[in-house]
Amino acid sequence: MSDEKKPKKKIIPNKNPMPAQDALVRARNFSEVALGYTEETAIAEANRCIQCKKEPCRQGCPVEVDIPAFLKLAAEGDFSGAIAKIKEKNALPAVCGRVCPQESQCEMYCTLGKKNDPVGIGRLERFCADWELATGVKVPEVAPPTGKKVAVVGSGPAGLTCAADLAKLGHKVTIFEALHVAGGVLMYGIPEFRLPKAVVQAEVQNLKKMGVDIEVNSVVGKFTTVDELMEQDGFNAVFIGTGAGLPYFMNIPGENACGVYSANEFLTRTNLMKAYQFPSWDTPIKLGKKVAVLGGGNVAMDGARTALRLGAEESWIVYRRSKEELPARHEEAEHAEEEGVKFALLTAPVEIVQNEDGWVTGMNCIRFELGEPDASGRRRPVPVEGSEYFLEVDTVVVAIGQGPNPLVPRTTKGLEITKRGNIVADEKAATSKPGVYAGGDVVTGAATVILAMGAGRIGANSIHEYLSSK
Amino acid sequence: MFKILEKEVFSPIIKLLIIEAPRVAKSCKAGQFIILRIHEEGERIPLTIADYDRENGTITIVFQEIGKTTAQLGQMEVGDYILDFVGPLGEASHIEKFDGPVVVVGGGVGIAPVHPIARDLKEAGNHVIGIIGARSGDLLFWEDKMREACSELLVTTDDGSYVRKGFVTDVIKEVIEAKGKENIPLILAIGPQPMMRAVCNLTKEYGIKTIVSLNATMVDGTGMCGCCRVSIAGKTKFVCVDGPEFDGHEVDWLELGRRGAIFRPEEQKAMEHHNCKCGSGCGGAK
Repeated sequence: MSDEKKPKKKIIPNKNPMPAQDALVRARNFSEVALGYTEETAIAEANRCIQCKKEPCRQGCPVEVDIPAFLKLAAEGDFSGAIAKIKEKNALPAVCGRVCPQESQCEMYCTLGKKNDPVGIGRLERFCADWELATGVKVPEVAPPTGKKVAVVGSGPAGLTCAADLAKLGHKVTIFEALHVAGGVLMYGIPEFRLPKAVVQAEVQNLKKMGVDIEVNSVVGKFTTVDELMEQDGFNAVFIGTGAGLPYFMNIPGENACGVYSANEFLTRTNLMKAYQFPSWDTPIKLGKKVAVLGGGNVAMDGARTALRLGAEESWIVYRRSKEELPARHEEAEHAEEEGVKFALLTAPVEIVQNEDGWVTGMNCIRFELGEPDASGRRRPVPVEGSEYFLEVDTVVVAIGQGPNPLVPRTTKGLEITKRGNIVADEKAATSKPGVYAGGDVVTGAATVILAMGAGRIGANSIHEYLSSK
Repeated sequence: MFKILEKEVFSPIIKLLIIEAPRVAKSCKAGQFIILRIHEEGERIPLTIADYDRENGTITIVFQEIGKTTAQLGQMEVGDYILDFVGPLGEASHIEKFDGPVVVVGGGVGIAPVHPIARDLKEAGNHVIGIIGARSGDLLFWEDKMREACSELLVTTDDGSYVRKGFVTDVIKEVIEAKGKENIPLILAIGPQPMMRAVCNLTKEYGIKTIVSLNATMVDGTGMCGCCRVSIAGKTKFVCVDGPEFDGHEVDWLELGRRGAIFRPEEQKAMEHHNCKCGSGCGGAK
């Protein structure tokens, strides 16, 4: 084998640890948990990459970042080159470096990871992006104007990525955002301590510098429709990335009691409206001493960790399967546990109990045991007879998932919708309506930031093809 | 940024603003609402649209100063800018030609959102009987506009300081008795929650369909957070996207009242913080 001729790179088995705030300190503040690598550590970690021939890491990246190339540059201390390499494919590196589930993507495929720790690709992506934000951002070059106008509905990860890619290709992009700031779930959903809002806004600013117009306070489906955008406002194509903004509830008695929040409300008040700074900021949030968060995904972990930071004495994750089946990233569940979040596993409420004034006093719960695997391949939770018990809590956060917001699907003529309300789009993000593309959670149901970004990229490519053929 | 073009002070606590918002004005319909945020640290509050001018691109809102945000809004003047103003939100009022006279009722600040609905109902060919009321005469406004929007208008005050003494429910009862309950196809009532509830209790006895416009606490106003959820005929609905108008006989008023009061202590605290920042004992007036 030709490899043997080259001097073999020495394997360094362990990933450089990520410096972080102490668990018990951070559990009471909203500052970022993970503090980021220093230049020295970053170079050392990048040097762990053995630059193997097969580059399996690349197949694990939904937006196809040339990972070995950026790691090589970072290992040489050329962070400017490294971030430029990342940004060829990824418009939001500071975000992805923080919230991507690298353990099930790029790092899962890392050759080094077969016998040792994989290279800390996510941590290095974050380092390079932060390095650039601190030293001055280079705005990517944009192609000469094509004269084509594209509307992007929603400014979450799918919309931002799609807009960035289209702008680079020279199309005139306008993003319509319903809320008063751009960023979607990156602003209202993911907490400050995982993803500082200043980081998100810095990435949004980059888009603006590339010539993307962002219109906030603009609810498509209300002040205008997708049809009007195309027929009256001269947009040649539309990308719909409106996400999964419709909160699901359990449909159990007592769910409208005072003290019951959807995770969306709980997190939006805290993240977007900065309720943790009330009364300096006007929006309040209210919680008692014992908080129960229903669900086991990343949103549930965010809710439980946020509750601690808002001053809860006890914060519980109530989940009907076991720890192994938690849909949350392992790292998120681990962080939550370190911070003091408690887990009521194999447990689900059947009723939320309220006092005579309508405030939550607790939940009647039942316990489960795991039976045969179900359609999802996970073992099905089976209720244990006679296991009913009362869990005393005064605040409940329902984090069992979100569906697609119906405003755009309902008001767009000729758009095919699934039974659950998701927009039907093919592998090229094309919907049933010519010129209209869709991607991210509104198509797939609630998933991850990076998958939405991947869909935004595909949407941009398809729109470019569509516009070029016209 | 959204410019305030006109301001009218109806009473020390009830004020009108005309705001430049062409996109909202272009597409809004009677019964819909907007959400505004005054400044960067501000909260998002919903207000029902009181009027609009599509040509001039303006939206009229009328509000009562009941908390920090409305108090601050009341202090803003012509030429000032509101940071965020989004709409139209919610479903529009259902307008059709009904078989028989339609009764529209506005209580207190609720007179404002009733106005464009009355106008549209009349334009659709209905005989519209308007009833407006307030605690006292000095809290009444838009009698002239309502007279124009309705086919006939009845006015009442709780304390009898203007026109006559009586609650709007007293007047509704008289109208129903005079016209005959089977001849009135629809009553629409907007006002403070206790008033709407009282109207619904009354009209339920007569079996007359009654529509109310609910005012719930909201954050995004687009169906994302579920803060405004309310039980309608035992089913959870979101006021922001399923409403704001519902069949009043199906509303769980007790739950609605409780949910509306969740943040009352915090609203109090925000008001005190606001007063305290001013430092001149203005009572929130500055």
